[in-house]
Formats: sequence, C-alpha cells, structure tokens
Amino acid sequence: MTLLAVERIKLFSTRSPYWCSALAIVLGVGLTAIIAAASEEQVSLGLTQIGSAQLAIAVVLVMAAIAVTTEYRFNTIRSTFLAVPGRTSALVAKATVVALIAGVLGEIIAFGSVGIAKVISPSSDLAINSAAEWRHVAGVGLVYAIGAVMAVAVGILVRQTAGAVAILLVWQMIAEGLIGIIPKAGIKIQAWLPFTNATHFLTMGADSPEQGGAGIDFKLSQWGSLAYFAGIAIAMLVVALIVAKRRDA
Amino acid sequence: MIEAVRLQKHYGRTKAVDDLSFTVQPGRVTGFLGPNGAGKSTTMRMILGLDTPTGGDVRIDGQHYAQLKQPLRKVGALLDAKWVHPNRSARAHLKWLAVSNRIPVSRVQEVLEVVGLTEVAHKNAGGFSLGMSQRLGIAGALLGDPEVLLFDEPVNGLDPEGILWIRQFMHRLADEGRTVFVSSHLLSEMAQTAQDLIVIGKGQLIAQTSTEQFINDATQDTVRVRSPHAAKLREILAAHATVTDDSASGSLVVHGIPAQQIGELAAENQIVLHELSPQRGSLEEAFMQLTKESVEYHAH
Repeated sequence: MTLLAVERIKLFSTRSPYWCSALAIVLGVGLTAIIAAASEEQVSLGLTQIGSAQLAIAVVLVMAAIAVTTEYRFNTIRSTFLAVPGRTSALVAKATVVALIAGVLGEIIAFGSVGIAKVISPSSDLAINSAAEWRHVAGVGLVYAIGAVMAVAVGILVRQTAGAVAILLVWQMIAEGLIGIIPKAGIKIQAWLPFTNATHFLTMGADSPEQGGAGIDFKLSQWGSLAYFAGIAIAMLVVALIVAKRRDA
Repeated sequence: MIEAVRLQKHYGRTKAVDDLSFTVQPGRVTGFLGPNGAGKSTTMRMILGLDTPTGGDVRIDGQHYAQLKQPLRKVGALLDAKWVHPNRSARAHLKWLAVSNRIPVSRVQEVLEVVGLTEVAHKNAGGFSLGMSQRLGIAGALLGDPEVLLFDEPVNGLDPEGILWIRQFMHRLADEGRTVFVSSHLLSEMAQTAQDLIVIGKGQLIAQTSTEQFINDATQDTVRVRSPHAAKLREILAAHATVTDDSASGSLVVHGIPAQQIGELAAENQIVLHELSPQRGSLEEAFMQLTKESVEYHAH
C-alpha cells in the first residue's frame, strides 16, 4: 500500500497525466460527439465506442509509457531504487497505479461517449441491457488497464519516451491491422495478436461491425481473448521486471 | 561503517573498479579522492545497490544496501543533484521519498528548513540553480535521519558560500557520530573537509590514510637549497637524491631526502649553505604526483 501511495504521489505531482487524461477524454468522447452529430439516422451503441476503443486508447498507452520513461529520462528511477531497493515491488506498484488510472479513464470515456451520443441524438436506442452491451462499454476500462500494463513494460524495456511511444503506436494502431493483408496466413496470425484479441473481447459480433476484427478466425471466446490479452501483458511485465532487476540502474 | 572487499566493476574489458578494498569509519568525514574517471561514482553506485559489482562485496554495517528494509532511514545519499523530475515541486519530491520509507511527512518541512529551501519548496525543481538543487539533494539525504551519508562531488559548481556551508555541514554530521563519505577530485577541497582519505586512481586503491598523513607523505620530500658552492653540492647530493636547478633563483631543488640529511651532507663536505628550506609542494602537485600513473586521460 505504501508503494502504491508513493507512485500515486509521483504521478499526480507532475502535469503529464492530467494532460494525457484530458486529451484522451476529449479525443474519445469528442469523436463520438462528432459521429453522433453527423449521423442523420439513429446512432448505434457500437458507434459510440469507436472513439474509446480505437482512438483514445493510444493516448492512454502513451501516458502509461511516459510514466516510466520520464523516470529514466530524469534519472528519478535511481532515486526510486534508492528509496525502494526491491525494484520488482517498486515497478509492480507503478504498473498497478497506472493500470488503475487507465481503467478509470476507460470507464469515463466509454460511458461519457454513450452519454454524449444520447444527448446529441436523443432518439437513438443506447440502452445497455445485454451482457454483450455491457461488455462492449464497460469492457473498455479493462482493455485500457491491461494495455497500460503492456505500455509500462515497454517503457521499462526501452527506457526512452520516443522509442516506447513509437513501438506502442505503430503496434497498436497499424501493425496488427496490416498483418491481415498477408494472404491466408494473415487472419490466422491476427487471431493471436494481443490488441486484436482486445478488440475481439469488446465486439458485440454482428451488432458492432464498425469495431473491426471481422473475418478473423478467433480460437478463443471473448473473455478468453481478454485473458489472453492480459496474459501477454503480464508476460511482458515479467520480462521487463527481470531485465530491470539485472540491469545497472 | 562501510566496508568494501575486493570490489570490482568491469565494463567489457575496461576495469572501472579493480580489486578495491576499504573501510569508512563512523564519526569522521572520509574523503573519496581520485581524478575524474577513477571509479568514484561507480563505487558509490555499487555501495548503494544501483550497480551490481562484477566481483567482490560492499556492505553497510554488515548488510547489502538491497537488504535494508527502509534504506533511507539508514543511508542518505546525494549522488547527483539533478535526479529530480523538473516539473515536480521540491516539497512533492521529498514527500514521495518520505512516504516510501514511512518517514513522517512532517519531516519534509524540517529538512527543507535545515537546507534553507522552505521558501521555494512549492516551486518546480527544474527551475533550481545548481546550488539549490544540491541543497534539495542534501535534504533528501537527510530525510530519514540516517547514520550513513554519501555525497558524490557535493561542492561541484557551488559558490564559495555554498562550499563553506556544505563543509561545515558535513563536519557537524560526523561530529554527531555519523559515517560521512564524500567524493571529490580536488585534494585541496578534501584537505579542508575530510579527516580520512581513500585515494583511488584507475579503479585501484592508491592510499587509505588520514588526510594529514597523506599530505605529509606526498609533500615532504622537496627541499630548496641555496649555496655559493652550488656545483659541488649538486654533485654530492646527486648521489642520494634527484636534484634540479631552479635557474630563476639560482637554487637547487632536491627531491628524495629530508632537509636534515642535506644539512649533514653539506657539513661533512664543508659546504656553506645560504638556504635550506623544506618545501610544502602544493597539494595539487602532490596529488598529481601520486595519481599520474593512474590518470585515464592525459593532456599532452
């Protein structure tokens, strides 16, 4: 608990998490607002989550990576390791705090998007009733939290902001989608890519065709996909922790 | 007490620290002296568990730094004053350090007062001058009221007032019975700060001794001699020591034998002396003499 408090103080005593959170909310909710305002027909629940699941997530990943890379950039990681020589617990605490913040942010953006769509397009049926609908909206926070753990792991491994951000953005926004272009094998590989599985977890099948992932032959159930996504994130974090422990600070 | 036993740190084929053994006693200021690149900072990072030694061992009161439960309560360190987030306030910086070792947050205010930063505590550390950053670093080192303190080149870039402040401050800490270990590449600075010296060059121990002893050993051997029979005297002395002419004053500078022996030799040979004065060579000269074999980069 002490270490969680430490990481919370560290994170909130600088400005970047505030800016990143604000930007993520503006982008996520804002995109939904634009979509809702521009559509002449009713807005579907699936449409409201394009901003959260495909755009704002990138900002959250960047925020999570920066939480680590600035420590390396300003050498405060050394102060951290002097105060807490157990590097594993210090970094796990950081990953936990960042994941919690990302999760809360995800829920704010997801439900905020539904709310703003309802305000702009009152006639739309945006009630969240079925399990799939709940998963589609509330699941965004889970995906953010797990993605944040992944970003922290990348940050620990790469130790510099530009590199970590480039890796995360190219990977999450471009690379996994591009692999689908590979004839035949592409969609088979995609079924095992982490962010593609995160998307799979969020989809409502035929009710949200805009979320992508169509045509991919997933071998896992939707919750299975989430567990797989989480497993990869934890595996990456474990590797990062081992590296950080062995490396000279 | 800090105890290093055959400490080694190799980077590829470079031996940054090579078979280094020393002890640092409590109740005294111990200087860690060596030219730039001698391995002082690397050694300090190994003491603090930031870098893993290639070989050997270093312990603080018998424990490795990493084994300490709340290390800031035992060891305070200022390795680099710039290890702070530039957009975090001085107070917030100290607050997270305090919380991490369950030190009461009220202690933050106390150490800010000790180093004289109370009025700028709310300001971001990135805007601090080097002197203020050093003070913030010292405040961080003092947070846990530790028995052992390590400072790496604390006076670098400070104005004379700041240097004096740090010097007196370290003496006070040592007088309170704490172990104070402070590195520098300036012997003249250490001569005024440290009671004991650990001198290293190229990662190896050159001397561990009291500062007084070190300075005596390093500077005792130069004697200036003036005589109307300079040529004859030179011949006699050359058999026992190195003699060089100081053409500006017409005197001889003798290295290697003490003044009384020169006087006796002159008397035996019935040579008149007009001057026989032991020279305290400058500390820096002595230091360079001792470490010149082990300086990593020479200027030619």
